[in-house]
This record gives sequence, C-alpha cells and structure tokens, in this order.
Amino acid sequence: MESRDAVTPVLQFDDVHLQRSTRQILRGASFDVGQGELVAVMGPSGSGKTTILRAIAGLEGFQDGRVTVGGVTLTAGDHDSATLRALRRQIGLVFQFHCLFEHVSALENICLAPVHAHGVPRDEAERHARELLKAFGVEHRRAALPRELSGGEAQRVAIARALAVNPRVLLMDEPTAALDQDRRAELGALLRNLVEQGRTLLVVTHDEEFARTYATRTLRLSDGRVS
Amino acid sequence: MPISILTTRRWLRVRRPRYGVVLLFCLLAHSAAAQAPTFRWAGDAEGGAPFVEADPSHPASVVGFDVEVAALMARGLGRAPEFVQITFSSIDQSIARGDADVGLSGGEDTMTRRAALSLTIPYYEFREVLSVRTSDTARFRTLADLRGRRVATLSGTIAYDLLLRAEGIHSLEPVSYDDDVHPYSDLLLGRVDAVLLDHVLAERRARALPGFTIQPDAVAVGHYVGAFALAHSALRDTCNDILRAAMRDGSLERIFRKWGVWNDDQPRLYARLLAGDSVPPVSLRGASGLEQDALESVASISPGQVAERYLPSLLRASGVTLVLSCVSMAVAVAIGIVIATGRVYGGRAIRTVLIGYVELMRGTPILLQLFVLYYGIAEAIRLPAFAAALIGLALNYAAYESEIYRAALEAVPQGQLEAARTLGLSERQVLLLIRGPQALRLALAPMTNDFIALLKDSSLVSVLTVMELTKQTQIFATNLGSWVLPGVLCAALYLMMSLPLAALARRLERRWKAATP
Repeated sequence: MESRDAVTPVLQFDDVHLQRSTRQILRGASFDVGQGELVAVMGPSGSGKTTILRAIAGLEGFQDGRVTVGGVTLTAGDHDSATLRALRRQIGLVFQFHCLFEHVSALENICLAPVHAHGVPRDEAERHARELLKAFGVEHRRAALPRELSGGEAQRVAIARALAVNPRVLLMDEPTAALDQDRRAELGALLRNLVEQGRTLLVVTHDEEFARTYATRTLRLSDGRVS
Repeated sequence: MPISILTTRRWLRVRRPRYGVVLLFCLLAHSAAAQAPTFRWAGDAEGGAPFVEADPSHPASVVGFDVEVAALMARGLGRAPEFVQITFSSIDQSIARGDADVGLSGGEDTMTRRAALSLTIPYYEFREVLSVRTSDTARFRTLADLRGRRVATLSGTIAYDLLLRAEGIHSLEPVSYDDDVHPYSDLLLGRVDAVLLDHVLAERRARALPGFTIQPDAVAVGHYVGAFALAHSALRDTCNDILRAAMRDGSLERIFRKWGVWNDDQPRLYARLLAGDSVPPVSLRGASGLEQDALESVASISPGQVAERYLPSLLRASGVTLVLSCVSMAVAVAIGIVIATGRVYGGRAIRTVLIGYVELMRGTPILLQLFVLYYGIAEAIRLPAFAAALIGLALNYAAYESEIYRAALEAVPQGQLEAARTLGLSERQVLLLIRGPQALRLALAPMTNDFIALLKDSSLVSVLTVMELTKQTQIFATNLGSWVLPGVLCAALYLMMSLPLAALARRLERRWKAATP
C-alpha cells in the first residue's frame, strides 16, 4: 500500500458545516481521500456519516465549507444544476437500501444512466452492464425486477449500477448492514478487487471488523468533526 | 286556481297554546281533510307552463291548465287534488307503479301509451308545428325541406318519433332536448335549423323569444290526455264522464280560454267525442311528408321486433358514449398529468392557479359546467354539442386525474429520485424515466375506476343534446312504455364497454408486475 502522503487527493471535504433545521450535524468536518484508497468513515448512529455522503453527492446543501471531487467544487448554499451534473459524473453512490429502480430489470437499472445521462449507445451499455453483472456473479439475474433479488444480489446490482458510469469515487452507505458473515466476506473481496483496479472508495460503516480488514484508512466522526 | 303543494300538513305547524282556538279549528280541519280522500295527480312543474308551473306569486303552489283539469276531475270525484312533482319523462312509470292516480302534464295520446296505461279521452287537440328562423321562412316549410338539417324537439314525444321516422325518409337529423326552451334559443343561435313541437309550446316561446316563425301548415295533429294505471280503468272511466260533462257545460273551454290556448280545433274535437266517435291518437298532415303507417306503434309488435328496431340506434348511441368517453379520458389524462406535474414541480404562483382550477372543477357540479360551456358562453364561442360535451367531461375529469397523479408522483420514494439524480439524470429525465413510470403504476387502479365512472357520467351530456346510450335508452323506454327490455339492453351495452376495460387494466397490472426483459 502507498503511503498516505504519496496519494493524490481525489476527494476533499473541507471544513464543512451542515445544519438541518435547528440541529448542527457537521461542525467543520474535514478530510480527503486519495486515488486508490478505501477509506472507512465510522461513528455512532446519528453522528452524520450518511450526511457526509449526501453532501458529497450534492443531495444536501451545507452552510459553510467546500467539497471537491475530481476538480469539481461544491460550495455552501444551493448548487446550480451544471455543477451538480459535473460533480455527479465523478461519483457513484450505493445507498444503504440499494434504491434500485423498482419498475425495471436489474440490467435496465445498470443501463439507464449510461444511455440517458452519458449518451452511451444502448448496445454498448448493455454489453458493459452484462460484463459488470458477470464480474459480480449475478449475470443470471439480469432480467429480474429488484423485488425479486435477494439482499446480496440487490447490493451487487447496485454497485454495478454505480460503477456503470465509471465514477472516480465510489461512495457506499453501510454496505454490510444487511449481510451475513459469508456475504460480508464476499463483499469485502469485491471491494478490495475494485481498489486493486485503482478505484477510490469512501465507505460509511459502523462495522469495526470490516473497516479493520478491508479499509486502507479509517476516519472517526464525532461531534460533527472528523478525526 | 292555485293548488297548494304542501297540502294539509301545513296545519300541523300551529302548536302554541295561546292560539288554542285556532289550533282546535286547525285540528278539526286537518281531521276533515284527512278523511276526505285525495286525488293525487302527477305533473312536471319545471318549465311546464302553460300546462303546470310554479305560481310566480306563490312558488309553493302550481298553476296551469293541467292544474285546473286536475282540479276539475278531483271536484267531480269529490276528492281534494294533491299535486305530485314527477319528472316529465318518468310520469308514465310513476303512474304505473302507483305514485299518483293520474298523470297530467301535456301527456300525449299515443298507441304505446294506450297499450301500457288507461288513457282518458283527449281533452285538448294540438298541432305539431315547425318553427324556423324568420330568415328561413320561405326555405323550410315542411320536413322534406329540411334534408340534411338538424331539427330539434323534446325527447320522448310524438314530435321526436316523427323526426325519427323522417330521418330515414328526408335525411334530416333529429336533435333531442330535455326542455322546451333551449331548442328555440339554439334555433336562433344557428345550432339547429328548425324545431318541431306542439303549437302550444311554440306560440308561448314565440312571445318570449322573437326571431323565429311558426309555419302555418301542421306536420301532425295530436291530443293531450290524462294517464291512469291499467288497474285504475274504472277511475279513468269516471274521469272520462267528468271530462265529457266539462266539454258540454263549457268548463274546459273556460279553462283553455283563461290560459289563451282555446281555438277552433277544440269544439270540433269535443263534438266528435260527445258523438261517440273514436279519435286516432296522431294524424299526419301535409307538412310531414310521411305516410300514416309510419307511426306504427312499437306496442303492437313483439319484444324481439322492438329490440331489432331499437338496437341499431342503441348501438349507435353506444358508439357515441364510447368515443366520447375514450377521447375525453385521453384529454383528461393529458391535462391531469400537466396539472399534477405543475403542482409537484411548479412555483408558488403556478401551484396556486392549478389548485384553484382543481377546486373549481371538483367543487361545482359537472352539469353546471356543461351548461356554461354549451349555453353560457354560446354568445362568445358557439361550440358544437359533441365538442362541448367532450371538453366539459375532459376538463372536469382532468381535475380528478391530476389529484391521482399528484398523489402518485408524491408516493414515489425519495430514495428512487435521489438514486436517479446521483447517477447524473436531469430532473426531466428523473420525471420521465423513473418517477413518471412508477407513478403511473400506482395510478393505474384509480385511473381505471375513473374511466369506468366517466363512461357512466357521459350520460350527463344528453343535456347538451348529445344522443348517448342512456338518453337513447330513456327514449326507447318512453316509447315502449317499459324499462325492462331497454334497461337490460342498456346495461348489457354498458357492461360490454366497461368489462373489457377493467380486464385490460388487470392485464396491464399483471404485466407491470412481471419482470422486464
């Protein structure tokens, strides 16, 4: 593993203050993530771990600070749509409950963004989607609707969907929350493989063992700050 | 002589002790009135002058020559007349089921009614006359002159039956109305080219609405009669004696003179009746261009033949209902989607306007909206009846549809939308590719429900003269004197339209539940 100083920061979370209603959630949280790192963010429930991911993805505005991903910077206040679109080309987000599109198949879930948001021809998008599904061992489930998938299958499809647009940073929210021991190990191996391919991952979790085993670095969130 | 609608129940309202004497008197009077049998007679006071109408100075009472004929019969029977308000088109059915003793509201003598009810002897002879715009007086003198033209009349009348017969022979288009006011106003607006109705109605309307001419040559001659249930033929016979006596002693003449409708036709009619001659229900005249046997009664043919005769018109009316429902639902869905999208995504001003529209459409009767569209704005925009019906239904249902779609759009989980946004889809793409399709699946069941409701609500557009299935059935039933066969046929046709629709919706739901390849 490269030393921390040698890696290039792909994601910078800089002195972010975020208040929701009257509750101050982030109080100057700062950290950065370098190319090829798998960084785990840990902290007690309600400490704002998921909020960090939402702020990076532009789903939630913040009052002060800045977030930069792949050279695209979000500042405090409302974000304009062009900046959001540019930023979202840099990231992929895997939600805790997967949030696969309920009305289309696993394959279509993966093809949708490449075809409609990135202008990839459908044939090419489908070919790539099948490759991803095959790599994650769920190619045989490509025609299934999300409700027909098991928790582990749905998570793999969700990761494939996030990777289909080739993001620089993959954000994951509590990926092991609903997995048993074996599935957790499979997921860990899959993520490690992604890191070996040069992907950058920021994973929110409260699974100490998972973080210890697979993360290249662990951040602690407490009282709205990262240590 | 105004007759109280409230009858003797009014007396019961006097209860205060210090009016003890009055109370005692009232109770005695009430008791006496309760002992005197009443003679319940049915009529339609809505726009029924000079037959039956609410007394302008005492709206709780009714006046008109039929009111006085009823009073004359009641007097002869030694009973107290009691008015029962029944919609004109339902009077015969109400009499048959015993809601009143006799129906009197310009009821016409027809072979069908003779077969289904005990009719009195005629007490008034009327002429079916053509009314045309004054500028068309020379052009449209007879039914034959009205080839390809729209001719208005009241539904369920001899005049309508005549127009149906003339439709096949003279290729004119009968247009049915539920009242005798709008045929004439639409004549002046150019929506129809002639009106065929009783001279009594035509002359009364001509006094209030200048601009049209009543052609002097009659199309047919008919008679007003009272109608009793078949089981009450003895009472009918007694009333016939009362009417004959009134013809002899001039009582009927006084009534009709008072209401300004006495003419030379009546003494001739009375003379024939008093001489014991039979009077045919309807006699065609030169302006009809029809043979007398064109008025063959449906009552004289078998039920199978009746169904055969009316089925084509019921099928045609079903087509109107289906096309009207499908097109107006399609427009309602399109407008509903726009409104729902505006309410979910629009700014405050847009949302306020759209909420106002939805509340206006949901909070006012659809009948009122149809009337405003067709008659209310006719001076500014003269919509054809079908277009007004289609627009009226579509605008009304769009309000309901928009609420379904809004609720469905808001029911799509936020996680789905956020997942789409983080993948780089624009808000428009999120709506079109994720939120809209998922909302559509949620909205399918209530949409189907609404479509079936619209299919049935489309019967309301008959008030705009659109001949849809329910209206055609009503006319069929009136002419036949029974609702059994028309009702069964009508229900079957509605089910033939609604059941496939429900099946299609179920199939769609199943398909959407299945995996997408």
